[in-house]
Formats: sequence, C-alpha cells, structure tokens
Amino acid sequence: MRIPSWIRQHLAAVRALLVLTVVLGVAYPLAVWGVAQVPGLRSHAQGSLISADGRTVGSSLIGQSYTDKLGNPIKKYFQSRPSAAGDGYDPTASGASNLGPESVVDTLPDPKLIAADKPDPNAKTGLLTTVCTRSRAVGELEGVDGGRPFCTKDSGVGAVLAVFGDRDRQGKVPHPTRVVSVNEEEGVVKTPFVASYDGVKVELAKYGEDYSKGLIVPVRGDAPDKPAVPADAVTASGSGLDPHISPAYATIQVKRVAEARHADPAAVRKLVAKYTTGRDLGFMGEPRVNVLDLNLALDRRYPVK
Amino acid sequence: MSTTVAGVLFAASLVVAIAVVYRPLGDYMYRVYAGTRHSRFERVLYRLIGVRPDAEQTWGVYARSVLAFSVVSVLFVYLLQRVQNHLMLSLGFKPVASDQAWNTAISFTTNTNWQSYSGEVTMGHVVQMAGLAVQNFVSAAVGMAVAIALVRGFARKKTDQLGNFWVDLTRGVIRILLPIAFVGALVLIAGGLIQNFGSGHDVTTLAGQTQHLTGGPVASQEVIKELGTNGGGFYNANSAHPFENAATWTNWFEIFLILCIPFSLCRTFGRIVGQNRQGYAIVSVMATLAVISLILTNVFQLMHHGTVPMAAGGAMEGVETRFGVSNSATFATATTLTSTGAVDSFHDSYTSLGGMMTMFNMMLGEVAPGGTGSGLYGMLVLAVITVFVAGLMVGRTPEYLGKKIGAREMKFASMYFLTTPMLVLFATGLGLALNAGRDGMLNSGAHGLSEVLYAFTSASNNNGSAFAGLSANTPFYNTATGLCMAFGRFVPIVFVLALAGSLARQGSTPESDGTLPTHRPQFVGLVAGVTLILVALTFLPALALGPLAEGIH
Repeated sequence: MRIPSWIRQHLAAVRALLVLTVVLGVAYPLAVWGVAQVPGLRSHAQGSLISADGRTVGSSLIGQSYTDKLGNPIKKYFQSRPSAAGDGYDPTASGASNLGPESVVDTLPDPKLIAADKPDPNAKTGLLTTVCTRSRAVGELEGVDGGRPFCTKDSGVGAVLAVFGDRDRQGKVPHPTRVVSVNEEEGVVKTPFVASYDGVKVELAKYGEDYSKGLIVPVRGDAPDKPAVPADAVTASGSGLDPHISPAYATIQVKRVAEARHADPAAVRKLVAKYTTGRDLGFMGEPRVNVLDLNLALDRRYPVK
Repeated sequence: MSTTVAGVLFAASLVVAIAVVYRPLGDYMYRVYAGTRHSRFERVLYRLIGVRPDAEQTWGVYARSVLAFSVVSVLFVYLLQRVQNHLMLSLGFKPVASDQAWNTAISFTTNTNWQSYSGEVTMGHVVQMAGLAVQNFVSAAVGMAVAIALVRGFARKKTDQLGNFWVDLTRGVIRILLPIAFVGALVLIAGGLIQNFGSGHDVTTLAGQTQHLTGGPVASQEVIKELGTNGGGFYNANSAHPFENAATWTNWFEIFLILCIPFSLCRTFGRIVGQNRQGYAIVSVMATLAVISLILTNVFQLMHHGTVPMAAGGAMEGVETRFGVSNSATFATATTLTSTGAVDSFHDSYTSLGGMMTMFNMMLGEVAPGGTGSGLYGMLVLAVITVFVAGLMVGRTPEYLGKKIGAREMKFASMYFLTTPMLVLFATGLGLALNAGRDGMLNSGAHGLSEVLYAFTSASNNNGSAFAGLSANTPFYNTATGLCMAFGRFVPIVFVLALAGSLARQGSTPESDGTLPTHRPQFVGLVAGVTLILVALTFLPALALGPLAEGIH
C-alpha cells in the first residue's frame, strides 16, 4: 500500500520531533547538568546557596526582605529595594510592577473603609504616589529628607492636579474653572498642597468622583533634582528579587544600622565598602552592594539579639 | 567612570564582538548548509526520521514540510502541558488550562515565546525541557532553514529544487545551535545560573521568613532562549531573574548570543550567492538601523523624561541594580530588534519614548538584524522591494543578484510585507473595541492603549516581549495573540518560499550598465530609507495615540 505524500510528511515530522526531543530535551540538559557537577560550577548550579550557623539562609543571588511580621523594617539590617514579587522577594512570583511612567493618578479608597481600618479592594495607588510614599518612609527611617519632585510635601503623595475648563488649541486650559488635587482625599488630607492654581482655589478630591475630564497636571514643586533618597530605594526592580542596592542607598542606611548594633558608623561604612562591587571589567553594569552578604557579615561582626 | 561612558563602552564592546565573529561564524554556517557530506550521527537521525537526505524538494514540498513539522510541534507541546501532572518532575503543578496551553504551544513553535503564563508556578521541568526548550532549538532552526532556502533561490538557476528541509533543520540544530548552546550553558553556569532537576529549597531568611528558592534546568534553556532569539523565560521575570541572568557580564553574554547568528547569517548569504560584498551591504543596513535605535533608546532612558522617572530620579522602575539603566536599554534594543523578546528590565515602566523605541524596533519587522533566519529573509524581502522602487524611479527592469524582479516576485514580496501590519492594526483595533480587550489593561489612558498595541505588535512579529502590565492570560488574549503569532509566522514563510521557488526557476541576467549596484552605500541607504518610510507610514498613527501622546507635552 502506498501512503499519500501528505501523510508521509506528517509521519516524518512526528519522527523528527520525537528524535530531536530525545537529543535536545533529554540528553542535552542532562549533559550540561553532568558537566556542571565539577567543583566550581556545582555550587552555582545548585543556586549559590549560603549557610550561616549550619543552616541555609538563602542564595547570594536572590534578595530578601528584612522586615518584621508587620512589614516594618528591622533596624539592624540594611534594607533591600522595594519588590513587586508577591508580598516581597517571593521567588515563586517573580516580576515587576509594570506601572507606566505617567501612572500618576490614584483611585482613592472609600473613607468608610478607612474609618473601619479596612483596605479597599477597589483602591489603586499609582506609581507616582507609591514612589512618594516610599521616599517619605525611607527619609523618616534614615533621618534624611524624603522629599522628591512631583511629591506633595505634607501628605507625601503624587502632586497632581485635574484642571477643568475649556481647552485651547494646544490642549491647555487657559482659564480654569475648577482645580482638584486628585491624589489628596478629603477627610484624609486637611489642606491641598497648593492653595490656588491660576487664581482658582484648589479643592481636595472626593471619593468616587470622576476627574477624568480634567487636564492632568503634575506639579514639580521645589524638591532638588537629585533627592537624598536614591532612585533604587523608591522603585521596584524587574525581577522583584534584586539582591543588590546602590552604594548610595547603602550609605544613607549606615547611621541607623550602626546605632541598632551599637557599632561605630565608620566601621560599618568600611564593611559596606568591602561588600561593594564595582562594574565588571570596569564598564559592565553598575556599582552595587549585595545586601544579604553585607547583613550576614554584620551579624557575624556585630551580633545583636 | 560615569554611567554614560560605561554604557557606551558596554555597547561598543558588543559591536566589536559581533564584528569579530561575523566572518568565522558566517563562513562556518555556509559550510554547514552548503556541505554535501553527512556525519554518521546525522545519518542515524535521517534513518530514524525516515527521509532520504540527498533528495531535494521544490518550494511547495519544502513549505509543506515546514508546516507539517510545525503543526506536529504545536500538538506535541500542547499535549505535554495538558498531561503534565502525569509526568516526572512536574513539581505538583496542574495541567495547564486549554486556552493557555494552546497559546503557549503556538508561541514556542513560532519562535515568539510570548508568555501568558508564569513559569515558576505553571510549568514542570519536563514541559520546560522536552517541550519548550526543544522548540527553542527547532523553531530557530526552521527560521534559518527558510532563510537558506530563499538564498538558494537567488543563487540557483533554472531549477525548482531548494534543498531538503529535514537536512537543513537537522544540520542547523546539530551543527550550529547545539554546540554553541552546550558551551554557552556552561559559561552561564560559571556566571551563577542554576542547572539542577530539584524542586527547590525552603529556607528561613535572616528576618525569619520562609523563602522558597526554586530549582530547575535553567542554564541549558536560557542559552538557547537567547541564541535562537526565542525569549521565553524559565521564570516570569525572564532575564531580569538572577537565576536566569546572574551577573553583569552574563547580561553582556546573553545580548551577544542574541545577536551573533542573525548578523553572521549575512556572511552566509554572501558566500552562498558568491559575492561577500552583497552580505556586507545587507549587514550594513541592519547595523545602521540597529545603531540608531540603540543610541535613541539609551538617550531616552538616560534622560528619564516623564513624571515618575523624574520623581524617582532615574528610570529605575522595573530595572535591576546590577544592570542599571543603560545596559538594560541596550538589552531591550537587542531583544526587540531581533525576534527574541527576552527582557532584563520591564518595558512597561520605561519612559514613554524609550518604550516607544522597543515597539518601533518590532514594527520595523524585526530585520535589524531580526530573528535567527527570519531577520535575513525579512531583510532580503525589503531589498527586493527597494530594488523595485529604485527601478521604477529610473525606469528600468529591476534586478537583484541577477534575478529579474517581476510582477510575480513583487506580489509575494508585498504580501509578505503587508501581513504583519494588517495583523497588528486589525487585532489592536479589535482589542480596543471589545471590553474583553480593554479589561486587560493595567494602566489607563494612552499607556493602556500602548499595552494593547505592544501585545499585538509583539505577537504578530513573533517577538514575545510585552508591556507586561497587560493581563494576557484571558481567553480573549490567549486566542487573539495565538492567532496573530500563527499567521504572523507561517503566512510570511509561505510567501518567502514561494518567492524562493520563483527566483530559482529563473536563469541569471547578466549585469549591464543599467543594473542598480546592490553592494554600494547608496543601496544601503536606499534599503534603510525604504524600511523606515514603509514602517513609519504604516504605524505612525497608532504610535501617535499611544506612546507619542503620552511622551510629548
């Protein structure tokens, strides 16, 4: 019996796929694994695990959160970057926030739920307010100025106005009729971050009101271009598992960690320098500090309960 | 050293490395595809597959072999995912839902590697190794085979034979991809990537919390993911994940792997048609477009224009500390100019114009240098269109490499070019019109539109990266992106092979005074210009509603 050619082609395809699956899908990964058993590669292949006091405490490649059960920073430890992986540094949920560069308007929570101290599942915090809030918290923790451009001074949220009125040909609003500070909620914030805009009194935002008709105007404010709290301290990484922080972020944490450990800040600073890596070959990547390595060294050198 | 200088050196060292391997790798690939001898191992493979390696195929048979192999691959990968709970090393994961399994099977077979799933909680090790990673190899080899078939169409005269698909596939895998992947995997392990078959470790962190450190055969998959311009990560965070991209130099190495084959294939092209200068002309077009894009993306990212990047003091959202902004921008350029779609930073949080560049790179049709094989055939189609346009301008019969570009050839070339824009724009329109499409957006306003536009641009061009805020694991997106990926891959392949068949049948027209020289800077400029103009005319309106509206005040 002669098999039609279109069936023969599919038979060849099935056989080709099966043969290649054995070679590429079984033999190849096993061979790589086999060679990776040589000393030097083996520990890497296993995940660069780190032990302390006889137990595995993590991987030098995967970041950790150094917070207590309530989510507050543990003062004796250098803090990692914010993380979007699960509840923070969860390797089973790696990923980024994916919020865009103009994610500046929050969906405000229901004041009734705030009064009952419950989270509002419909509320959404934009990236700008998230950055502002983080900056303020880091500033307070480390005793530095937490102010940033486009953040309100007092309430620490995104400084964004919705400006209502007729648009001109460039899309601007030359004669505003109404101006609302969209991220500052009535009942939560007492007064808006600016009293007036173009001669119009600025209102606080009300829960449930739609401001999408207004022109969204972020307000720069007078914070310096290079804030005291560095960029990596207020942004989430791509993996959510970033094991590193910038040397600048480590530097502002030295004082607090030294105090918590009753250690000399200069000695802690030296330790930070020891765990700071420069660019590979002088030009690849950025200078960085491995937080887990640094905190383990601190636990060894300046143990506290 | 300042960030900018370091970033320039990083990119420049990559350019030098690609230039260094251009000749040896291109010549090697030429010998692989032009050689007539079969190794003993390959003979065994051919016997097992049941094909006669010396029997050549017409374009129709070649195309049907590509399609048959791809259909079988889709079904196999789909099946593996649907029964993964019965397989070894399944880590206790449930079978993948049918719409997602279908989407993933299409995605890996078409060299797209769009991920609507999160690897660490969806796929067991066997599915990753025997399903997904195998497709990483073979889909790349299919792309290269089709490109070589097209080049043979230019090189051969008065024949209907284009080579044997099964031989081209096997040689691409066994002689090119596998040896580089094996060495590359070990290099990556030296950099810190993991390679084990464990389910991971639960550890108690310094703060007393439990952390589950994952295990898996990551290095062997990571290397082919880059080398084959696939892009589907072992983990959700893709190449940003420290287990996939541990060090700053592994980041460099992964970009190198992405770019080495697509650029060097131009040398192979030059060798097969017997004029290396033709290869240099095509690679110059690719390099010109790539360098412009690289510079612009880096500038936009480092200037960090936009409200949140300015508030943060740098475009660091979604960026790893070890890579920093500049090297991440360079990776993003490489991954979107090719059909890779791996990411070491998250494009959704890029500055508006930086994010637009990643989208524009894909809209170029991924030809600078493009995917393994698909980049070369895409660029050659654009060269054919350019020759035709130039011929019209001076009123002569257009010729390329001694072949007349007549009505038949132009029909195939134009239909090739029109397929992806049609898919992108139609699907984006549909996505924006339907609630099911709009519900997937994470960001609102212009950025939400960008997310949808990016998704369909990525799927139709077989890239696979995303503005990842989009909730893509819904029946609507799994189905729609799946269809875009399938049509975006196989419709152009059929047109390319038809074009190859039509060219091979012609004799060779001797060069005359009226022939447009296709190896001079003039031609390089023309092809680059035609590419940019065609793409700009097609996509500018869509970009104006998304990233341009967001980024320009």
